[in-house]
Amino acid sequence: MNNINLTIDHIEVSVQPETTLLEAAKKLKIKIPTLCYHEDLCVAGNCRVCVVEQVGADRLLPSCATPVSEGMEILTNSLKVRNARKSVIDLLVSEHRADCTRCYKSEGCELQHLSSEYLIGEDSFIDLVPLKEYTIDYFSPSIIKDDSKCIRCQRCVRTCDQLQDIGALTVAYKGEEMKVSSFFEKPMYEVVCTNCGQCVNRCPTGALIERNYIDEVWTAINNPKKHLVVQTAPAVRVALGEALGMEAGLVVTGKMVAALRRLGFDSVLDTDFTADLTIIEEGNELLQRLKGALVDKNPDVNLPMTTSCSPGWIKYIEHMYPEMLPNVSTAKSPQQMFGALVKTYYANKIKVEPENIVSVSVMPCTAKKYEANRPEMHASGYKDVDLVLTTRELAKMIQQAGIDFEALENEEFDSFMGTSSGAAVIFGATGGVMEAALRTAYEVVTGREVPFDGLNITPVRGMEEVKEATIKIEDTLPEWSFLEGAELKTCVAHGLANAKKVMDKVRSGEASYHFIEVMACPGGCLGGGGQPIPTNAEIRAQRSKAIYEEDAGKPIRKSHDNPEVIKLYEEFLKEPLGHKSHELLHTSYVERNRY
Amino acid sequence: MTEMKNLVKSLADNYGRYHESLLPILQGVVEKKRFLSEEAMVEVAREIDISAAHVFGTASFYSFLNTSPMGEYVVRVCKTITCMMHGKNLIIQELEKQLKIKLGETSHDGKFTLLETNCLGQCHKGPAMLINDTPYTNLTPDKVRDIIQSLKQNDLVSNAATQVN
Ligand code: SF4
Ligand code: SF4
Ligand code: SF4
Ligand code: FES
Ligand code: FES
Repeated sequence: MNNINLTIDHIEVSVQPETTLLEAAKKLKIKIPTLCYHEDLCVAGNCRVCVVEQVGADRLLPSCATPVSEGMEILTNSLKVRNARKSVIDLLVSEHRADCTRCYKSEGCELQHLSSEYLIGEDSFIDLVPLKEYTIDYFSPSIIKDDSKCIRCQRCVRTCDQLQDIGALTVAYKGEEMKVSSFFEKPMYEVVCTNCGQCVNRCPTGALIERNYIDEVWTAINNPKKHLVVQTAPAVRVALGEALGMEAGLVVTGKMVAALRRLGFDSVLDTDFTADLTIIEEGNELLQRLKGALVDKNPDVNLPMTTSCSPGWIKYIEHMYPEMLPNVSTAKSPQQMFGALVKTYYANKIKVEPENIVSVSVMPCTAKKYEANRPEMHASGYKDVDLVLTTRELAKMIQQAGIDFEALENEEFDSFMGTSSGAAVIFGATGGVMEAALRTAYEVVTGREVPFDGLNITPVRGMEEVKEATIKIEDTLPEWSFLEGAELKTCVAHGLANAKKVMDKVRSGEASYHFIEVMACPGGCLGGGGQPIPTNAEIRAQRSKAIYEEDAGKPIRKSHDNPEVIKLYEEFLKEPLGHKSHELLHTSYVERNRY
Repeated sequence: MTEMKNLVKSLADNYGRYHESLLPILQGVVEKKRFLSEEAMVEVAREIDISAAHVFGTASFYSFLNTSPMGEYVVRVCKTITCMMHGKNLIIQELEKQLKIKLGETSHDGKFTLLETNCLGQCHKGPAMLINDTPYTNLTPDKVRDIIQSLKQNDLVSNAATQVN
C-alpha cells in the first residue's frame, strides 16, 4: 500500500497507512506526552493528554488514537494544544493526592514529570483531594494499591486483561465515583491477582507500586548479630544496569556482586545455583512421571507436567485451574530451594545458627515477595527467605549508599552456592527452563548431549507467544529403554494470557504435551514485575540477548555439570527426589477462589 | 450443584455465554434474587469465562443491578436535575421519616430500601420515584406518606391473610 504523506510541525513525513499520529511524530523525534498510552497495550484514548491540532479543524485529536491521513497538517505544540494539555494535567492533579516528596514513585512518575513540564502551579483548579474518600490497600506483601494516586488511565486494567487475561482489576462505578477496583473492592491479596506486578511496571503514577523492604534490609545489615545472605536471580543481572543509568542489554553480574558486598551482605550467593538444582529435581520428576505413565501405567500420574518456578503462574493456576494442580511440578522455585538450603545446609557449613541468618533475595519479580510469605515456605524450620527485594529496590539501595555503580570492578560470587551453569542463566528468559531441562534430561536418558548446535535449543527461544518443540529420543541407555523412539512434546508459554490458551487446549484435549513451561511475565523473568521501568518489547529483547550471551560464555553449560550441585548431592541431599529433597525442595499447592 | 449454579446455568442456556450475555444474565439473577451476591457474580464469571472483577465492574456501573441485599420494596428517587429542582430533597426527607432509615439503607424488617437513581424519563412529571418497577410521579411529601402507608398496609393485610390461612 502507498505511504501516507502529511506534515507534523511543518516537517514532511511519509508513513504507512494505519500509523497513528503519535507514531508518525515519534519517527520525526517529536515527543508528544502520553499517559494512558503504553506500547505493550491496545489504545484506550481516555486521558487526552496527547492531543494535537489539525490545521483547519476545530477539535483537537488524540494522537495515540488517530491514524494518519493524506495531507494532514498537524501541530503538536500550538498554543491551543498546550492549553488543552495543561488543563487535562491540571484536572488530573486537582483530584490527585500529590504528595510527591513522600511518594515512592517520585522521580519515576509520569504525572509528576508532566506536571512539572507544563508548569502546573498552585493556583489552578481547587484541590478536590480533601473532599474525596480514597482506599489505600497495603495488605499484600507484594503490591500496594493507592487509589488516591490513581489517574484512571486504566493501563493496569488493560495490562491484567491483555497480557495476563486475568482481569483482577476492573473499572467499577461510574462518573466521579469511577475507580479501578478488584472484585468487590477486596484487598489485592484476597483476589485472583497473581502479584506478577505487570501493572506496577506500567502504572504511570504511584497508584500501583511494589511493597518495598528496603528499610528492613538496611536494619538487618546494620545488626551486628545477623549474618546476611543474599541470593540474586538470573534476570536481575541483565537489567539492574538500566535502573542505574546504563543502557539496556548489559550483563552487570560482576558489578552487582561488588555492589552487594559494599552494601554489607556477608555472603553474596547466586540463585542460579539453585536454578541448576531445580533442573535436577524437576528433570528427574519429569522422567519419573514419564516412567509412571508409560511403564507402570499408573493412572495417578499426571501429565503433562508444568514448571513451577514462576510464583505468578502458581497463584494463577491455584485460582483458575485448581483441577490441574496435580500437573504442576512439586519442585519449589529456585528462590525457595535456596532459602531452604541457606538455613540448613549452608548455615551448618559456615557454622552460623540459622536464627542468626537473614536470608535476602533480589528478584526481578513482585510475586516472589508473596511466595516467600507462603506458609509452606518454612522448610528449614524458619522463614526460608526473610526479605525479597526487586531489581528496582536493589538499584535504589545502591543509589542510597552513594555507590558509583558503573565504576565498580567486577567481583565473583562467594562459594559455596555461588557457582552456576549457563543452563541456570537462561532461566531468566522464556523457554530457558525448558532448554535447561532438556539439556539435562536428554543426557540422563541417552548419555549424549542434546542434538543441537552448541547446545542451543533454538526452537524454544524467542518471544513468540507459544512455542512448541518435539524432541525424538533415540539410542537410550538401557534403564531408559522404555523411552526409545518416544517423542517428547514440549510447550513454552510466557505471559498468563498465553498460558491460558495452552491450558484450555490441554484441558479440552486439543493439545497433548509432556512438559510445559510457563512464565507469568512477558518474555519470562527478564520482563518481570520487579524489573526497571519502563518496559517494552525492544528492552525485553535486549535483556534476552544479554542472557543468551551470558549462557554461551559460561564454561559450564549444563545443570548436572555444576560441581557445587554435584557436591551438594554427595554431602547432603544424596539423591534427586530423595528424602531430604522432599523435605526441603518440594512443596504443595492449594486451591483458591475464582475471584 | 448449588441453587445459584443452577440459576446461572439456566440463564446462560437462555442468553448464551458471550460477553453480550452478561447483562441479561445479571438482570435475570436480580429478578430472582433481588441482588447480586458475591457467589452469584463468581458463578456468572465462571459460566461465561470472564473475570469476576469485570462482572462486579459491570454490576457496579448499573444502579439497577444491586450488589447488596435489598428490601422487598426498593424505593429509588430520581436525583437528576429536573427532579432536584422540583424538590426531590423534601421527598427524600419524607421517605426517611416514614421508613425510619437513611438514604442507602434497608429497614430492619427487610421491607424497604431507599436509594437515589438517575433520571427516570419522567422529568415533565417530577419529582419522580420508582418502587420496584412502578413509577410514581408528581410527588409531594403528602403523596409519599400515603404511598408508603398503603404499602405497609398491604403487607399487613397479606400477612393477616396468610395467618388466617
Ligand atoms: S504519584 Fe506522582 S504525582 Fe502523585 S504523589 Fe507520587 S510522584 Fe507525585
Ligand atoms: S499484579 Fe498482575 S495479576 Fe495482579 S493486578 Fe497486576 S497485572 Fe493483574
Ligand atoms: S492504578 Fe495506575 S495504571 Fe491503573 S488506572 Fe490508576 S494510574 Fe492508571
Ligand atoms: S495517551 Fe492518548 S488519550 Fe491518553
Ligand atoms: S430528572 Fe427526574 S425523571 Fe428525569
